[in-house]
Amino acid sequence: MQRTYEVMFIVRPDLSDEDVDKLISTLESQATGVGAVIKSVERMGKRRLAYTVRKFKDGNYVLLLVEGSGDAVHEIERRLRVTEPVIKFITVRTDVEQKRLDKVKKIRDSRRKHSAIAAAAAAAATPEAGTEPAPAGAIAPA
Amino acid sequence: MAEETAPRPAGHGGEGGGPRGPRPGGPGGRKFFRRKKVCKFCVEKIDAVSYRDVRLLQGFIAESGKIMPRRLSGVCTPHQRRLSRAIKQARNIALLSFSSR
Repeated sequence: MQRTYEVMFIVRPDLSDEDVDKLISTLESQATGVGAVIKSVERMGKRRLAYTVRKFKDGNYVLLLVEGSGDAVHEIERRLRVTEPVIKFITVRTDVEQKRLDKVKKIRDSRRKHSAIAAAAAAAATPEAGTEPAPAGAIAPA
Repeated sequence: MAEETAPRPAGHGGEGGGPRGPRPGGPGGRKFFRRKKVCKFCVEKIDAVSYRDVRLLQGFIAESGKIMPRRLSGVCTPHQRRLSRAIKQARNIALLSFSSR
C-alpha cells in the first residue's frame, strides 16, 4: 500500500550544513532500503523554536515528502529517533487529505464551468430579447 | 416570608424599568450593531490548513497560546476542526508554543 507522508524533523542548530546534507543522504539511502521513496527534500532553514527542546532554543528544520508503506515510514521514524542530531520529528499522512482536496477542487471547477455556461446562455438570450422585444423580454427576467 | 420576598422583585423591576425605559438593542441591552462573523477559510477558499503555515495559524491562537474558540473567530465547524488539528501538529514540532505564560 503506497501512501504519501510528510516527515518534518528538527536538527540541532550547531550542526553544519554539510553534516545536515550527509544526514539527509544517509536517511535517503535508508529509506530506499526499506522500500520507501523520498520524493523531495526541503530545507526550511534555521528557526527559533517555540519552546526549548533538549536545551536548544533554535532548530534547523527539514521537510521530507515520503512515499511508501506504513511499515517503511515506521522504520524511518525509528531511525530518526536513534539519530542523535535529530531533536524532534513529526510524520503526517497526506494522501487522504490530498484526495479530499482534489475532490473539492473538482467540484469547484465544475461549478465554475456551470456558471460560465449559464452566463453564456444569458448573454445569448439578451440579443434575442433585443430583436423580439415583447415576448422574449417577458421571459428573460423570469 | 413569602409575602415579604414576593413584592421586592416587583418593586425592583419597576424602579429599573421606569427611568431606563425599553432598551433598543433587545433583551441583552446591547446598543450597537454587531456584524455577522464569517469563516475566513470559506471566504478565502482555503481548503488545506497546513501545520507549516505558522502565519495563518498564529491568527487563531490567543496570546496565551490557546486555540481561539469558534464563537470569537467565527470559523465554521469543519474548518475549526482542521484548524485545531493543524495547530496541535504545529505545537508538536515546536512551531507554536503550547503555552506562553
